[in-house]
Amino acid sequence: MTDLTTRLGTLELANPVLTAAGCGGTGRELARFFDLARLGAFTTTSVMLRPRAGRPTPRVAETPSGVLTAMGLPGPGVDSFLETDLPWLAEQQVPVIVSVAGHSLEEYAEVARRAQESPAVAAVEVNLAAPNVEDRGRMFGRLPGPAADVVRAVRAVTRRDAPVLAKLAPDVSDLVTIALACVDAGADGLSLINTMAGLAIDPHTLRPTLAGVSGGLSGPAIRPVALRCVYEVHAALPGTPIVGIGGVATGLDALEFVLAGASAVAVGTTLFHDPTAGPRIARELEEALSARRIGRLADAVGLAHRLPPQGHVGHVPPQISPPPGADERRTEESKEKLP
Amino acid sequence: MTDTAGPGSGRAVGLRTSAIVLTVRQVQDYHAMTLVAPAVAERFRPGQFVALAVGGEHTGRLVRRCLAVYEVKPDYGGTVEVVFDHRGSRDPGTGWLAGRRARDMVDVVGPLGRPFRLPRDPVNCLLVGGGPGAAALFALADTLRRRECRVHFLLGGRSAPAVFGARSARRIGDSATVVTEDGSLGDTGTVRDVLPRVIEESAADVVYACGPTGLLRSVSAVATEYGLPSQVSVEEFLQQTGACGVGLCMTCVLPIIGDDGVTRMARACTDGLVMRGDRVRWGDLGTIPLDALGAPRALGGGL
Repeated sequence: MTDLTTRLGTLELANPVLTAAGCGGTGRELARFFDLARLGAFTTTSVMLRPRAGRPTPRVAETPSGVLTAMGLPGPGVDSFLETDLPWLAEQQVPVIVSVAGHSLEEYAEVARRAQESPAVAAVEVNLAAPNVEDRGRMFGRLPGPAADVVRAVRAVTRRDAPVLAKLAPDVSDLVTIALACVDAGADGLSLINTMAGLAIDPHTLRPTLAGVSGGLSGPAIRPVALRCVYEVHAALPGTPIVGIGGVATGLDALEFVLAGASAVAVGTTLFHDPTAGPRIARELEEALSARRIGRLADAVGLAHRLPPQGHVGHVPPQISPPPGADERRTEESKEKLP
Repeated sequence: MTDTAGPGSGRAVGLRTSAIVLTVRQVQDYHAMTLVAPAVAERFRPGQFVALAVGGEHTGRLVRRCLAVYEVKPDYGGTVEVVFDHRGSRDPGTGWLAGRRARDMVDVVGPLGRPFRLPRDPVNCLLVGGGPGAAALFALADTLRRRECRVHFLLGGRSAPAVFGARSARRIGDSATVVTEDGSLGDTGTVRDVLPRVIEESAADVVYACGPTGLLRSVSAVATEYGLPSQVSVEEFLQQTGACGVGLCMTCVLPIIGDDGVTRMARACTDGLVMRGDRVRWGDLGTIPLDALGAPRALGGGL
């Protein structure tokens, strides 16, 4: 049996496969397909202070291996979330990560303060892609200063046993500097990455496809970008847990993120295509680790940084032995990979 | 079968299945695909839809195509037939579906969405269909007839090959009116033109509709003028705006007036597919009405 348990700061998770914010609905929609307790954690849609209708339709465009969405952070607001959505999630025996967003520091802090009062909330994720009304609507996570301010405000009102994760978008000038600023401000972990800005134009109507004109690109199309971000940030901050997000569709995709330095992965757009993907990816990841004789997920976190380049002469790669009693089953795949 | 819900979990086992294609055939302007999907067929209620993955196992197209179910049959343990407009939609994903052959596999999620609500008493029902959307009315007609309702059809389209199911409607309906814009089949004109006359002649007690959004808007307005309840399937709107079909992606939203009089942005896939026609703010589709819950405010709440 491969040990899939993982940690995000003080939070221990039974497995490393989470849902990504904004992609798992209220949880009830996914629960028609599988028991949410089979997830490492459920991340909510970003909760804001007041109800928000979001953007007009069309909100989504299909692009190669991805989707472009302009949602406008729709949601019921924190009151309704605490009254109806969170109590239901609390009964599902799954750690709940509440994603919080706001238009100002005060709004972020207010939502986080009210959400963290519930013992059902295991962690708070700070969506730094929300538009800052004091900065002409540009996102907080665009620069280290505003990003750190939000993280500090949320950390200050969140109970110590609930980690605060900062979720960052990749299309910034210097992601590592922003990540460092967030950790300095008290972030216990990082969620990498949010969507990146993109555009689709309908060749028939000759106009932008989305009502919001530009949108956020997600799905396997951004996986290499996400992987690069995780790799770079892990290299700079090896002690900071990272949730890898961006086009995770299979267990091998998840493994790539783990090897790059992620302690967990979150599945987003893939759920739209395959609502059963969460438990499937966890199972596939377990099989992939087992096939590589890696007995503990924790041993694989960041492993790509520690192994020498392939074909390197004169260096013996570190051997990872399975723990006693580990599953000795060898799949077709393992025969290929292991002599 | 790829569903991961275990036995005894209380979950809908088989909500997601790999279905075998039985046939794909061209029907006039459209394609009709029959899938062997017993779990879907068994639970299906008229008005529900299926969400099909397109492009095969390693597809780069992540959006599911949502299609109302035309017919379910007990053959091969249970089959499901859908009708879609591949040429009109210009969608390569739908083109992929049209290119399937017998024994190919298609990944299906369903049945999904709220079905048509059925009358308690044997009343006069008018079923209004436009284009390929008319397909969704035939399973409903069967169910209504079993409840001893009288079933009247009104079907429309641009021209004769665009009117789906005219012959079936004549066979099973207590009456069937067909209208085409070019006069190539039935009356010349639009559904809107003849709807008041058909409502009066059929003494309709309730109106059901599926078809282009403009048609649903007309049907809802005319039904309300006559004081009749309308049940409309917003299939076309879901096809144009949705991505997942199961309520996760929040992209297929339209403004709906609730019992409390408040307008909310509701999901076509889970709050529909069938909605009360008089509750949809047809003129505001594709917008966020300023009085909707959570609408952007003039100051402060922007973006």
